Amino acid sequence: MTRDNNSHSDKANPGIKPPPANTVGIIGWIRKNLLGGWVNTLLTIISIYILWLALPPLFDWALLNADFSGSSGKECTTNGACWAWLDQRINQFFYGFYPPESYWRVNLSLILLLPALAYILFENLPYSKYGRWFALSYPIISALLLLGGAGLEVVTTDKFGGFMLNLVAGLAGIILSLPIGIVLALGRRSKLPLIRMFSIAFIEIIRGVPLITLLFVAVIIVQLFLPPGVSLDQLVRVMIMITIFASAYMAEVIRGGLQAIPNGQYEAAQAVGLGYWRSMRLVILPQALKISIPGIVNTFIGLFKDTTLVIIIGLFDILGQARLLQTNPDWMGKVDHETFLLAALFFFIICFSMSRYSINLEKRLDTTNK
Amino acid sequence: MNTKSLWTNERTRGLIFQILLVVGIAVFFAFIISNTITNLEKAGLASGYSFLGDTASFDINQRLIEYSSTSTYGRAIIVGGLNTIVIAILGILAATVIGFVAGILRLSKNYLISRLVTIYVEFVRNVPVLLQIIFWWVILLSLPKVRNSLSIGDSIFLNNRGIRLPSANFYEGSVLVFSALIFALIVIYFIKRWSQKRQAKTGKIFPFGYTALGLIIFLPALTFLLADQPIDFNVPTRGRFNLKGGFNVTPELVALWLALSTYTAAFISEIVRSGILSVSSGQREAASALGLKPSLIMRKIILPQALRVIIPPLTSQYLNLTKNSSLAVAIGYQDIVSIGDTVLNQSGQALEVISIFMIFYLTLSLITSAFMNWYNKRIELVER
Repeated sequence: MTRDNNSHSDKANPGIKPPPANTVGIIGWIRKNLLGGWVNTLLTIISIYILWLALPPLFDWALLNADFSGSSGKECTTNGACWAWLDQRINQFFYGFYPPESYWRVNLSLILLLPALAYILFENLPYSKYGRWFALSYPIISALLLLGGAGLEVVTTDKFGGFMLNLVAGLAGIILSLPIGIVLALGRRSKLPLIRMFSIAFIEIIRGVPLITLLFVAVIIVQLFLPPGVSLDQLVRVMIMITIFASAYMAEVIRGGLQAIPNGQYEAAQAVGLGYWRSMRLVILPQALKISIPGIVNTFIGLFKDTTLVIIIGLFDILGQARLLQTNPDWMGKVDHETFLLAALFFFIICFSMSRYSINLEKRLDTTNK
Repeated sequence: MNTKSLWTNERTRGLIFQILLVVGIAVFFAFIISNTITNLEKAGLASGYSFLGDTASFDINQRLIEYSSTSTYGRAIIVGGLNTIVIAILGILAATVIGFVAGILRLSKNYLISRLVTIYVEFVRNVPVLLQIIFWWVILLSLPKVRNSLSIGDSIFLNNRGIRLPSANFYEGSVLVFSALIFALIVIYFIKRWSQKRQAKTGKIFPFGYTALGLIIFLPALTFLLADQPIDFNVPTRGRFNLKGGFNVTPELVALWLALSTYTAAFISEIVRSGILSVSSGQREAASALGLKPSLIMRKIILPQALRVIIPPLTSQYLNLTKNSSLAVAIGYQDIVSIGDTVLNQSGQALEVISIFMIFYLTLSLITSAFMNWYNKRIELVER
């Protein structure tokens, strides 16, 4: 209720007084939200104390007392942060050991990602028919760009590194794990016993072991499984394992969605004469996927964070680059916090925006149901 | 029947699909196994688990059971497995406490505290746990050297080799103190049953909390004094170059514990928050209409109903924590994966070691989820 309304009703009923001054406005808000009751007051005091302890020193450290230039850690003499390395090393943090003259290929494939994503996420865009085809062929285009061939200089995958490696492994996992997860979830709910048993065994075994053991399998054991003389690129093997790992979790998320669809939907689809695949594709899955969006995005976020595990098997993603710099004699002991902070921020920005997007989408889809 | 009707018949088609799947899997495994056998023969490796009896000849600094470098690989792996269980239990306890507190605080009406907790939750859960583990480890390693240890009340010391805590010595008669503690617990159990019955019958409330607290402190303390103080603490002190007494917790364990518990707690707090929100507001209103205090409403009305929603996802968080503890290998905490990795590199028995990892984690997962399912059954709403 606004002020005007109040004064209007005051005139109509002179007996009704406006609320006491200390329950409305900024004072009322403070009294209600910060000082209501002694527990509340205590919590406020504790919070203010924590903020006072944390914020000014953090600000001093990161900006006011920080060193921004210099060619090695010895030149960082203040007791604040040492940001001097950014100048020389930021490229390695992002591109790894990718040849600098080809950085544009990484940039271009990142830029192309935006329209591809847009055509998947939003419906009412111009030229959406061609846009979808473009989005579908994006993985091939970007693989060509990154790996080379067809006129471009070939870059082997051991040159991949930094945040770009996280992005490549994460995106590949995201693109592949959704369809595999859908198939596994359908398999787990199938009426055919053998298919169901196989899906359950696959999902539960993968979910029961840590990703790191699967990565060990990828690095050490896959070589044993292949015929002598045949070998598979290390990065490809790792990406396959990350994908398999994520798809088992994806399958469980989608199964939850499938279970939430009332039986009437299945029966109605059958009644209008749709076969299994068509009833799934046209009736069940669109509804089931819609309600499992939050879980799906959470799995994506988990998968993306899990890409850091590649450092354990000797690849240098952004965390690996941070470790390299921390153990570099020129910078040792000076850049620990700074490099971790930068790597953490990269992940935070991407994961946080994904989770916000899913909350947003959830709300949007929710209103259409009502 | 011609081939077309075979395909359109639902049963035969299902049969065909399943046969195709089985044949596919069989071919896949046959391919893998035959390749593996030829590869192993080429490399001259014997398969089988007999290597577990060989001498390990490496050291492990954190061990719950006796182990030396002359022990066998098998024993080394058991030590590692126990270390994994140690970090899992410590992590689960801390994560549960932090997570519940954070989840409840985030729903607090206090604007500042709920925002602060939101910042913590959103930041921690959107950053990879491996990064956090290594971060804490680097921080702990950059603490001062042993000679300049930081101290908390001159009994706990922090330095770059870990945390030195007081240790307890048990002398003759300490058994009595523990039996007094157990006796107190048994008495408390019976008092609880009796007071609940009495309250149901007469409506009189028995001051159960204070009685229990009094008993659990008073009985062991009395025996402690009567039995001539059979327990004392070995408080570490500064020596000339080193710390004396107490026991040392390695920085690896502390880093792993801090990172895993704060990371998992962020997820648990979200679960707790949504669990509490799932209890309809009518329940809270009805309880306050009956005149219950806010703390009682939380404890007796909201939490028991919220727990039913909380338990299943909480289980999977516990399992995640246990599985994430395998990231210990990155900082050299000697858990099963880290020790197994050493064994693997020394003996070359890759298939066997990795199969041990998998069986170990699968068993842990099964035990944890069996326990949580049992607990879930117990607190489930009994419906007609």
